[in-house]
Amino acid sequence: MEWEIVVGLEVHIQLLTQSKIFSGASTAFGGTPNTQACAVDIALPGVLPVLNRGAVERAIKFGLAVGAEINSPSIFARKNYFYPDLPKGYQISQYELPIVEGGRIKIQTGNDINENTKIVRLTRAHLEEDAGKSLHEDFHGMTGIDLNRAGTPLLEVVSEPDMRSSMEAVAFAKTIHSLVRWIGISDGNMEEGSFRCDANVSVRRLGDEKLGTRREIKNLNSFRFLQQAIDYEVEYQKSILENGGEVKQATVLFDSGKRETHVMRSKEDAHDYRYFPDPDLLPLEIPQDLIDKVMKSMPELPMWRYRRFIAQDVDEYRTFTEEESRIHSKHPMQLSPHLMDYGVEEVYALSKYDATMLTTDICTADYFEEVVRIVGCKNAKLCANWVIGEVAARLNQNDEDITTSPVSAEQLAELLLRICDETISGKTAKDIFGAMWHGEHGASADAIIKAKNLKQISNSDEIRGFVDTVLIENPKEVSDYCKGKEKAFNFLVGQIMKASKGKANPAQVNEILKEKLDRKKCE
Amino acid sequence: MSLVLEDVKLVANLARIKISDEEARTTLDQLTGIFYLIEQMQEVDTSTIVPMSHAQDVVQRLRMDVVTEVDQHELFQSLAPQVEGGLYLVPKVIE
Repeated sequence: MEWEIVVGLEVHIQLLTQSKIFSGASTAFGGTPNTQACAVDIALPGVLPVLNRGAVERAIKFGLAVGAEINSPSIFARKNYFYPDLPKGYQISQYELPIVEGGRIKIQTGNDINENTKIVRLTRAHLEEDAGKSLHEDFHGMTGIDLNRAGTPLLEVVSEPDMRSSMEAVAFAKTIHSLVRWIGISDGNMEEGSFRCDANVSVRRLGDEKLGTRREIKNLNSFRFLQQAIDYEVEYQKSILENGGEVKQATVLFDSGKRETHVMRSKEDAHDYRYFPDPDLLPLEIPQDLIDKVMKSMPELPMWRYRRFIAQDVDEYRTFTEEESRIHSKHPMQLSPHLMDYGVEEVYALSKYDATMLTTDICTADYFEEVVRIVGCKNAKLCANWVIGEVAARLNQNDEDITTSPVSAEQLAELLLRICDETISGKTAKDIFGAMWHGEHGASADAIIKAKNLKQISNSDEIRGFVDTVLIENPKEVSDYCKGKEKAFNFLVGQIMKASKGKANPAQVNEILKEKLDRKKCE
Repeated sequence: MSLVLEDVKLVANLARIKISDEEARTTLDQLTGIFYLIEQMQEVDTSTIVPMSHAQDVVQRLRMDVVTEVDQHELFQSLAPQVEGGLYLVPKVIE
């Protein structure tokens, strides 16, 4: 039997504000328990929530970035349930009229960057407050409650059930994760719980119109767990259906140790949250000038930067495809370069692969463009190779990110300029880069080249000298080559490079060696 | 719409209110009276009226995103029955 997997995601994103959504307490992570929980957060009688402008602006920013509608008015509602880390007995959330409605996200669903993309529709994104934390260990059978997190602003993004595999779900979560960091509304720190996913999973017979009964997996805080949990859940539901059973709607938790899900609560005792508009909060009207202000603060979005990086020339960058024009009429913000002046119109004619790698986060894209600005547009490909290659590899090795790279964009550019003007070969550049990474000579390429005497030898008389010596010392390889063994050529190049201590210009070595050998061949 | 005894018990359970069968029956009578009033109101055609989300015709004011609160946890925790290491201690509930 062929089954189709259907997944919808809810993503909870902690917004990067200084203070809480309804109080002036700090949102800093890791404080001593309850030192950042004020009277509003712990729900003392008589307190009133006052909405944080910063949280509203960040929600609007997200909405604009995904081409959604911004609702005005937007309404806050009480979601009623009892739990010790929710002192009010309700969470202030949104139900009818969420701040953001609709929108769409383009995800990459396979390895082929040219082909595999897909649009996932967003249902909505609403503002709400986070709950506190319950600590169930070590309190003589009691539970310890820390309310520092209570009232931290969250944006809950809800997708339509548009994903058809765990891989697509992960691609969606990663795209949202990258976007919220790109537009600066969240740090996306998953270890600290700033980005958490719930997955609604169901399966149905391939071709069925009607959706199967879904089970919701709560609180997945890594992309790996998200994938594993969905994979397990799908197998579980398939096995039930294949044995003639019926999936019962339920909320489940993923046990990452056992790699399985188990029921948290079934539908029979599912919470009835009894939502109603919160009388403590007035309807939120969002004036156009606030939207305009947020729009002005929007960075060039990743999709647009990608488009600019791959464009062959400015005209191509400015010309919309038919599909893009169609989206443009519906979602003007998604096609913002025409409406907004980013002050940058450089295009680099990069490959789609390079552009994808360089636009995974805004700091990498900025770093790359800073390097290109110094090295020059015509060497953009060289710059891309280095940022994606050497720089990314070193960062990965040391588990660092580009903002803390020991080699700055300016320093890398200095090194690449020396490749471009043929002062050094690409191979020597890699050695120099290693030295720069460890901070030698103030991570200055020029200083290292000078101190270690690495300047490439491009004087052809000098190179001819090395070539002649090597030809005399290796008569066997020379005669092998003349008999047609091409491999001998590379051996000889290696010997010449060695004789020059790696400093001979490799292109010139190749040229001179070939010329000399061909002359010998004819003899 | 008519209410039955089970509805009353369900709502009481969700609201964590313990009620006896006697109290449930009394509550059912009272709620049924209120529902009767609602039924009367529902005869009015409201299809063209935007639902009211707040009794006052004013909009939400926004607060600047700055930290204005100081740590008062010792004062607040002086009200709490049990505290340890800065945490409020409560009976264990795992759902």
